[in-house]
Amino acid sequence: MDKLLELLSENSSFTNKELALMLGEPEDYIAAQIKEYEQNGIIKGYQALVDWEKVPDAMVTAIIELKVTPKKETGFDEIAEQIMAFDEVSSMYLMAGSFDLSVFVNGKTMQDVASFVARKLSCIDGVIATATHFMLKAYKIGGVSLTDDDSASDERSMVL
Amino acid sequence: MIDYDNFINESIKQVKPSGIRKFFDIAVEMDNVISLSIGEPDFQTPWHIREAGIRSLEKGKTWYSPNRGFAKLTQEISEYYKRRFNVYYSAENQVIVTVGGSEGIDLALRTLVSRGDEVLIPQPAFVCYDPLTYMAGGTPVFIETKAENRFRLTPEELESSITDKTKVLILPFPNNPTGAIMEREDLEAISKVIIKHDLFVISDEIYGELTYGGKQHVSIAEIEGMKERTIIVSGFSKAYAMTGWRLGYLLGPAPVMDQILKLHQYGIMSSPTTAQYAAIEALKNGDDDVAIMRKDYDMRRRLIVGKLNEIGLDCFEPLGAFYTFPCIKSTGLTSDEFATRLVKEKRVAVVPGTAFGDCGEGYVRISYAQSLKNIKTALKRIEEFVEELKNESKG
Ligand SMILES: Cc1ncc(COP(=O)(O)O)c(C=O)c1O
Repeated sequence: MDKLLELLSENSSFTNKELALMLGEPEDYIAAQIKEYEQNGIIKGYQALVDWEKVPDAMVTAIIELKVTPKKETGFDEIAEQIMAFDEVSSMYLMAGSFDLSVFVNGKTMQDVASFVARKLSCIDGVIATATHFMLKAYKIGGVSLTDDDSASDERSMVL
Repeated sequence: MIDYDNFINESIKQVKPSGIRKFFDIAVEMDNVISLSIGEPDFQTPWHIREAGIRSLEKGKTWYSPNRGFAKLTQEISEYYKRRFNVYYSAENQVIVTVGGSEGIDLALRTLVSRGDEVLIPQPAFVCYDPLTYMAGGTPVFIETKAENRFRLTPEELESSITDKTKVLILPFPNNPTGAIMEREDLEAISKVIIKHDLFVISDEIYGELTYGGKQHVSIAEIEGMKERTIIVSGFSKAYAMTGWRLGYLLGPAPVMDQILKLHQYGIMSSPTTAQYAAIEALKNGDDDVAIMRKDYDMRRRLIVGKLNEIGLDCFEPLGAFYTFPCIKSTGLTSDEFATRLVKEKRVAVVPGTAFGDCGEGYVRISYAQSLKNIKTALKRIEEFVEELKNESKG
């Protein structure tokens, strides 16, 4: 895998200078490379990694498994685009296996999410079945552990 | 009242406690300190290696091992050193498995040194050589390696430190704390002096797997005429992130190893059994893990060295181990002041160079056995610290 992408996907706040040092490449080369990735859509954006549990009045997240009937011409894409248009949907994947779409939904309360599923998702033409799973706790997101508290978790001791 | 002083050995009373600890103790008292002061990998032992240890326990392998270590392990060590560093030691009588490289250093010194013998110790260096030499009855003689020589040992420095009492040279490369390495030409140059004066070498190659910039570790035992007068100290702590398992080994000529074995036998009997099972797995299937960790260390190394130089703390390029050794003379502080104020004001712990010998004054040791994220934050704090010092001296 491309080392530059790997580093950025772990931590997008590295400066070009830092990336250049770590990878042993000139800084302008790194800048050009990133620009190219952005232009051809390999890098889609940069987000903060939030541990929502620590935020007061945080949202609840549910993962909803959907079984749908694919359309003749467009397969899953048409129905997927219809679903992803909802603001409540934060991520969405087409899956292989016992269901088709995995939809990540955020809401203020469980009630919110439940009503989104009942009133909006289930009513879409082609949705055959839904199964809603509420997320209880995030341990790791995008390769980053949310449970270690960095310096506090350094269990190593000074022996000599 | 019992007078404990009367009961304590006179030599041990003279030994000073290690200077590294002090900063750690300050750091533990505070919150949110990033420690760049620790001399062990931040990685955990690779899972398949841990599993081999666990499996051995499940099978009830809880007995002593043979004194030299399990034959399977000495065999693997022998093959490993041949494969990686091109020196061959017979598993039968030239390998002893020890409790870390630490025990190995102690055994080698106590076996070679008689009262009054001089032991040459290039400094800055790991802190144990001096007190262990002293406890073995020897006289430590320090050789100051210099930044302008990239902290390598030169034949001239070596030659000028030799007297008719000199018996042993400790060769601590790749070096803790400087990150210096000795390349083949450097080793060839000092080997002439070593052979001329008929010295014995204890070569501490515990960081042999961790070299960068396209450099491969070269063992002095590979140099013509040196294997017969060298004991190699190595171990699993640094290469495989196995510090807590406490396992290392010695390699050397059979007549010396036979003597060393007696000391190990009476003092320790045998090294930890579970760790030996894990170590067999490490040597058999651990090359890829080492390569991954080495790559990671290398990235951090480049980031730190680049940044330190940018901040204005001159840092020669370390090519081994996982330490950088920047010069802090430009700040006008002593090593001790720098380290103390840095941890108190900016919550970054580093070790003053003086912990590794008087010649370490003007330097600090910064370890990059720490996550990239923490290193990034720590570097920012160091930058602020140096900026504030500049303003202080202006104002
Ligand atoms: C240069 C050097 N040699 C030997 C050791 C001893 O390591 P261990 O006893 O864990 O093998 C260390 C540990 O820090 C070291 O830095």
